[in-house]
Amino acid sequence: MSRHYGDVRAVDSVDLEVGEGEFFALLGPSGSGKTTSLRLIAGFDQPTSGHIEIFGETAEGVPPYRRNVNTVFQDYALFPHMSVRDNVAYGLMIRGMGRKDRYLAAEDALEMVRLPGYGDRPPSALSGGQRQRVALARAIVNKPRVLLLDEPLGALDLKLREQMQEELKSLQQALDITFIFVTHDQGEALSMADRVAVFNQGRIRQIGSPEDIYQRPRSRFVADFVGSSNVLEPSFVKDLTGTGTWASLRPEAIRIGDEDGHPATVVSRSYTGAMNRIGLEIRGVRLTATVPADVPVPAVGASVTASWDAAALHVMGADA
Amino acid sequence: MPFDRQKRASLGLTIAAGCGLAFLHLPILLIFVYAFTTEEKSYRWPPPDLTVKWFSVTWNRPDVWEALGLSVQVAAISTAVAMILGTLCAAAVARTKFFGRETISLLVILPIALPGIITGIALRSAFNIADIPFSIWTIILGHATFCVVVVYNNAVARFRRTSGSLIEASMDLGANGFQTLRHVILPNIGTALLAGGMLAFALSFDEVIVTTFTAGQQATLPIWMLEELVRPRQRPVTNVVAMVVVLVTFLPILGAYYLTRDGDRVAGHGK
Repeated sequence: MSRHYGDVRAVDSVDLEVGEGEFFALLGPSGSGKTTSLRLIAGFDQPTSGHIEIFGETAEGVPPYRRNVNTVFQDYALFPHMSVRDNVAYGLMIRGMGRKDRYLAAEDALEMVRLPGYGDRPPSALSGGQRQRVALARAIVNKPRVLLLDEPLGALDLKLREQMQEELKSLQQALDITFIFVTHDQGEALSMADRVAVFNQGRIRQIGSPEDIYQRPRSRFVADFVGSSNVLEPSFVKDLTGTGTWASLRPEAIRIGDEDGHPATVVSRSYTGAMNRIGLEIRGVRLTATVPADVPVPAVGASVTASWDAAALHVMGADA
Repeated sequence: MPFDRQKRASLGLTIAAGCGLAFLHLPILLIFVYAFTTEEKSYRWPPPDLTVKWFSVTWNRPDVWEALGLSVQVAAISTAVAMILGTLCAAAVARTKFFGRETISLLVILPIALPGIITGIALRSAFNIADIPFSIWTIILGHATFCVVVVYNNAVARFRRTSGSLIEASMDLGANGFQTLRHVILPNIGTALLAGGMLAFALSFDEVIVTTFTAGQQATLPIWMLEELVRPRQRPVTNVVAMVVVLVTFLPILGAYYLTRDGDRVAGHGK
């Protein structure tokens, strides 16, 4: 499917299939087309060309209110004039469910997101994390087959975000519904998703499991964006292996001090808690290596040797 | 220099503020006092004696009731027209992007900046060219030109403060356009519409200039008062009516002020 705004190709020939019950992440920098893709699935936007199917049913032209898909919005979009309970019960009210039944269902949903008894409060009385949970409850109470999440954790602080990541994951497993999750945080995508699609400039650059994406990036962009891989230029790779292609090398795959390694100079070192990050220079090329914090680190300016398994050098395409 | 809230205002400032307020409001009090005077041919200070008989005289004058009835009708209908047109226009300007959007926004606001006499002359010539006879409906049309502005301004400000994703959230949860309007949009812009409507009503109720150009034989209450002032008899009747007009227009304006006063939080914004 594609969505163009004038000359801007916000989503350009994206081809994507998400399995039932899958936790699927759309990962990419801002403006890469991931949120537009989500809006196309939700029905807020129509594709310029192409085709969308939701569980075998054509979705083009179907308005958002007739799709069995619910969305958790980036700014939560809670209705400010309603209590938390009425917010959560909104979808059920629209479907014509009686007051008593829908309030019971709303309380169940609030319990699932660990906010029991918050029904009477106005959304303005809740913290950011609590509003996020209410937005989640408001979506899952409708028992959608697909839940779309648009950077739902973006506004939370780090600790809350990590906690919500775990909760979202277990919620998805408990509900057994498809989650499609938009994020620009590669750590979030890798830790939560079953599969990840990496977006850049409106196109999907790679789809695969988190391990695939992280260890076997198919292009320079993916290697750069997902984690902090060393991206090696073709000329350098040719010197090492004889073939001139782009390649990536994970920092933790580099060993320092082996006898038959490449001669290298230490140019920087920094301590990051669990790891020491060491900047190396090999034949004029800068590489980053990480070693466990308990391994002694050579001083800056020291001459060392660096080596890695041939399999760790991952060959990839050149496109951006 | 930081402004010190604890410090009392100086004596000179207090006197100046008092004089300013007196200048603004004493004339109005004077109108009220003259409503009780026994002297009916001219306004003489001090009033020779006080009486309440003008209230019953006013009550029994059919021309007062006629003018009042016309004014209420005109104000009510032009406010209703303005609420519909102003809200629709505000929704279009605040919610969508289209070519000429800023121009339309300016053109909608322009009638209130334009001197009433220009609006009046323009409308009068337009009605003449189109061969529309002057009636209550031409007055209503004239009033609607500036009532729309008031409603539009209130509605557009509230639309801008209401997060756009609220509407999407409602659609996402299964509500169609009408249900979204009823359950989400109207509750969020309701007070702004009410405030705009009240202001529009008050503006229309005491409008003179546009009315003189667009009315035929009918006299709205302000027009009736102007005519009454040149007559030598029963002058305090005008003052009694003036008191009623002050009360009728003051209450909606006060209400509008309270309705929009504490509305500066962004509706539907999560963070």
